[in-house]
Amino acid sequence: MKNKINVKDTLINNGIILLLAVLVVYVSIAVPAFRSIANLKNLAINAAPRVIVALGVSGCLITKGTDLSAGRMVGLAGCLAGIMLQKADTPGKIWPNFPQLNVFVVLLICIAICAVFGLINGIVVAYLNVPAFIGTLGMQMIVYGIALVITNAVPIGGYRADFTTVTQGNIAGVPYLFLYLVLAAAIIWFVYNYTRHGKYMYAIGGNESAAEVSGVNVKKTKIIIYVTAACLYAIAGFLFSGKSGGASVNLGMSYELEAIAACTIGGVSVNGGIGRVSGVIIGVAVFELLKSSLQFLGVNTNYQFIAQGIVIIVAIALDIRKYIAKK
Amino acid sequence: MAEYRLEMHGVSKSFPGVKALDQVNLCVRPGTVHALMGENGAGKSTLMKCLFGIYKMDEGEVLVDGEKMHIANPDEALHHGLAMVHQELQPVPDRTIAENMYLGRYPLKSVGPLKIVDHKKMNEETVKWLENVKMPFDPKKKLGELSISQMQSVEIAKAVSQDAKLIILDEPTSSLTDNEVEALFKIVRDLRSRGVSFIYISHKMAEIRQIADDITIMRDGTYVGSWNMEEISDGEIVKQMVGRELTNVYPPLDNTLGDVLMEVKGYTSINDRSFKDCSFTLRRGEILGFGGLVGAQRTELMEAIFGIRHIKAGEINLNGKPITVKCPHDAIKNGIGMITEDRRGTGILGCLSIADNVSIASLDQYLEAGVKLNKKKIEDLVQDNVGKLSIKTPNSKELIQNLSGGNQQKVIISRWLANNPDVLIMDEPTRGIDVGAKYEIYQIMIELAKQGKGIIMISSEMPELLGVSNRIMVMCNGKITGELEREEATQENVMKYATQF
Repeated sequence: MKNKINVKDTLINNGIILLLAVLVVYVSIAVPAFRSIANLKNLAINAAPRVIVALGVSGCLITKGTDLSAGRMVGLAGCLAGIMLQKADTPGKIWPNFPQLNVFVVLLICIAICAVFGLINGIVVAYLNVPAFIGTLGMQMIVYGIALVITNAVPIGGYRADFTTVTQGNIAGVPYLFLYLVLAAAIIWFVYNYTRHGKYMYAIGGNESAAEVSGVNVKKTKIIIYVTAACLYAIAGFLFSGKSGGASVNLGMSYELEAIAACTIGGVSVNGGIGRVSGVIIGVAVFELLKSSLQFLGVNTNYQFIAQGIVIIVAIALDIRKYIAKK
Repeated sequence: MAEYRLEMHGVSKSFPGVKALDQVNLCVRPGTVHALMGENGAGKSTLMKCLFGIYKMDEGEVLVDGEKMHIANPDEALHHGLAMVHQELQPVPDRTIAENMYLGRYPLKSVGPLKIVDHKKMNEETVKWLENVKMPFDPKKKLGELSISQMQSVEIAKAVSQDAKLIILDEPTSSLTDNEVEALFKIVRDLRSRGVSFIYISHKMAEIRQIADDITIMRDGTYVGSWNMEEISDGEIVKQMVGRELTNVYPPLDNTLGDVLMEVKGYTSINDRSFKDCSFTLRRGEILGFGGLVGAQRTELMEAIFGIRHIKAGEINLNGKPITVKCPHDAIKNGIGMITEDRRGTGILGCLSIADNVSIASLDQYLEAGVKLNKKKIEDLVQDNVGKLSIKTPNSKELIQNLSGGNQQKVIISRWLANNPDVLIMDEPTRGIDVGAKYEIYQIMIELAKQGKGIIMISSEMPELLGVSNRIMVMCNGKITGELEREEATQENVMKYATQF
């Protein structure tokens, strides 16, 4: 009897993933190109930077916060990386006198700049007690504004070869991007499961007052979370920019919403305290599979947005349902 | 006219496992103030909730003006002229006084096909009712701009405006200054002279003397008796409140006391209505009990010592050295731990495992190379505690929210055993826990004391306070009013100090 109820609950709680699994199986059969190696590779390349963004957002969500500035930070980092890595002879080079730095130095600069914005997010949320929803919304606009000022809304292209190699290259048929994803996920997995910071993060999400009473430095932990998140957005922005060989201020727009949705589908609770790295990866994968499946079925892009929106709402409703059932 | 405004006869109410009320009577005469007294948990609030239909009584009858009534909810109670001014006021501070007075029953007027709120009428009526309680306020003022006592008066005015013939005041003065109390009493006396009856729930003896005509005393959910205030002395009231046999069994208190471990001097809250100028010492190996009635500010004092609340004056010496505590992190660093009263709110990390809940306050001990947590060490610690405290759980990965209250409490105690503080403050450590688990918790406390730790226990259960404390500090109204050595600690003595003001 008890088992029966559990089966039903499991089905409902994972309803989205199950439905998408059915969809994927259907599309694989109906449209063979969908299951080609080329498409799988394409999926992995598309998913990789998105997983990195979602990993960043997951920490904020686990502590009952959120980060709406994620997408715009991706955009800013992407533009900055692009500007700094334009070929010396690109016509209309945005910073004509900027030195030709090593591609990894450029990455570090992007990370450092985004980390500052992450620090501000953290301080606003932890010390000024501004709800994360509002604080990071403000940051979203600020970062977008800065990206506009820097680029003057001019699209950036003409990247150096080393930039495109680092972001578009393969090793034994495995895209570098996929390796970066594995590396980032492994590090975050370690942090979440094997460090004091990870334990504190889950404790704050589980019960912030109790965590504080147990001696957890709540403010510091939150700040670290928002800074880490921003660093991840910077890396993702760098990768997006290089992967597509160009960037504009519109890069990253609404990625934070996709990331939040993916986290939720992957079991990161919007009520805090719960969430695993594996879930985040599954969540992004599900989302990318949905997009790709609809594409292969020939569904008009406009309808794809409607489908994605429905998936987000249903996913969060199911998540809340779990929480209420536990009370 | 009936002899009594309100009669409650033979009211009984059981909750799973407890008989909260057993054949309780309460009769209130018209135009009088009737005090309802009893210790914490005597059943006063439960009785009032039964009267208002918030709880359904198992047995008993209610008569209003001699007529038998069945009251299903607070709204119906109001129809019969019964109103309650809650201990915690629940107004809407950002709306106007008038809107609060008429909340849920706004006067309407028609404008064409629309019904809109008739603000003019509402404001005029409000002025009228406020004058009734001698409160000349602008009805358009935001309620939140008033003081708590003024808000209370508004609540009373609201009750009167709804034609209440009996108003229940539940601890009305717990957050009022002396002048405000006087103002409140003036309103109460005035309304009494016009035939309104009051049930006045309070722990403060002096106030009861000043305002009450009759008194009913309850103890452990039973009816002790009713008296005219002139017939009964203060000493007799205390005796009737606590007059129970001490039958509960406690483990032998065989710990020995050492030298002074912690000294708290002149602790004063930043909130003027909270604790003031509290000083006490705690010795090594001592269990120091803190007694008092609800509202005595014991929890607030202890939470300030632990850094959850803020002070404007006071110092702590721990192990002979002054320490500064601004947040719980500071307290823990200096060797003070605290098990808070609200286990759900500030104790358990509900959606985390037992292992995480036990280790959270001592993770520093398990770091390898300053970064990686040694999961095996943590698991050993958890297993050790699960065995030692006989926590009933399938394994350490079980979520704490799936355990019983007693087992949750043991997990929280384990958290502090792992952290190993010198001073452990335990606020109502056995609240909501079954008898067997209580005994085990007392054993743990005594064991910790034997190891030379100082334990501070806040307890609102008199037998427990007397049973496991080496010494008892009693608080009333934010001040420490008495200190009792074990030999002189009796229920009467504690209650005498606890009702000092």
